[in-house]
Amino acid sequence: MNSQEQASAFASSLETGAVGATGAVGATGASGATGADALAADAGERGSPYGQAAPGWDVDRIEGEAVEQLKWSAQEAFPDPEIKIPDDVARNVAVASVDGLLNWGRRSAAWPVAFGLACCVFEMIASAMSRFDLARFGMEAMRATPRQADLLIVSGTLTWKMAPAVRRIYDQMAEPKWVIAMGVCATSGGPYYQGYSVVPGVNHIVPVDVYVPGCPPRPDALLYGIMQLHDKIKKYQLQRDAAGVDRP
Amino acid sequence: MTAATDGAALAAAIGERFPGAVQGADANAARIEPSAVADVCLFLRDDPAHDYKMLGSLTAVDYIEHFEVVYRLTSLSRNATAVLKARVYGREAPSLPSVAGVWRGADLQEREVWDLMGVAFEGRPNLKRILTWEGFQGHPLRRDYLEPPLPYSWPHGG
Repeated sequence: MNSQEQASAFASSLETGAVGATGAVGATGASGATGADALAADAGERGSPYGQAAPGWDVDRIEGEAVEQLKWSAQEAFPDPEIKIPDDVARNVAVASVDGLLNWGRRSAAWPVAFGLACCVFEMIASAMSRFDLARFGMEAMRATPRQADLLIVSGTLTWKMAPAVRRIYDQMAEPKWVIAMGVCATSGGPYYQGYSVVPGVNHIVPVDVYVPGCPPRPDALLYGIMQLHDKIKKYQLQRDAAGVDRP
Repeated sequence: MTAATDGAALAAAIGERFPGAVQGADANAARIEPSAVADVCLFLRDDPAHDYKMLGSLTAVDYIEHFEVVYRLTSLSRNATAVLKARVYGREAPSLPSVAGVWRGADLQEREVWDLMGVAFEGRPNLKRILTWEGFQGHPLRRDYLEPPLPYSWPHGG
């Protein structure tokens, strides 16, 4: 079997879904040629740039368009949500109590999404383990679905290719929701600042409440950032949204 | 201890089987004709005297005047490694035959070389970007790669 037949066998094994090198080698030359022809015809229709087959090309093109669209539309960073303390004159006692009660509940059980991007996530995992014990803050329940989570900890380098997925996770979370940018990569791009493939700070994608610097931050630093977030949630008010703007 | 095969000995064995395929050799690697890569690799995989059943890595280096594609082979039965190199010239459309049909593991690595270096591999399907997204301009690990102007500005210039 020469190299051409090898290539044909490889092509046909890809198409038929055969796995393992023995399957590819074991394919006969005749069936391999048929598979290669079908792939070549397929490539002609899809307009693959090399005249060769590209299964799943449409999926990649759609994904690429989504990345391009997000990258070129994320020109300005979101303003960091800021909670202003209003004049107490206009507040009545009842609203203050409801705020206090709700915020106590919210900050006592801010469940994070079980989600990690890069090496920072191991520090986040360590924070959840018994030595540092995130459970002390009511946060031990890492939810596997964003629908049940309140807190998005962006732990690690965010590439533009991954950015639409993170944005989708954020969009799927129910209000009220908070975001912690963990590590310098999530904060500003970090060592990949001005890189060709890295988002220069996740605040280009989602609004960030707390930044935790470090490369990676120790679990202590993450816990401190979480406590800062708790302090922030304390100031959250019913008649104002997370950005401190009066609701209509 | 895994033995590193002498490049000159490897080149001699290849030259005996494929006259004219060898372009040069040094202590570490044999440098072969790019067009003969697929045939040579198949020979090195199947010949009992070599038996390189595993492709350790497939990568490329940009020397500006040419690209050098590097194949690191491993023989588990002989506990030996070998290095093959092939130079491809031209920056517009450098290409050489694919070895994805020889070692299945070359599939993703060839896509990575194509994505980041822009060296195309002929005779294989599904040669598309793998690390960057579809629609990315250029091949970012090339020495002369310059990023297109960004839509956002950097706080400290540049």
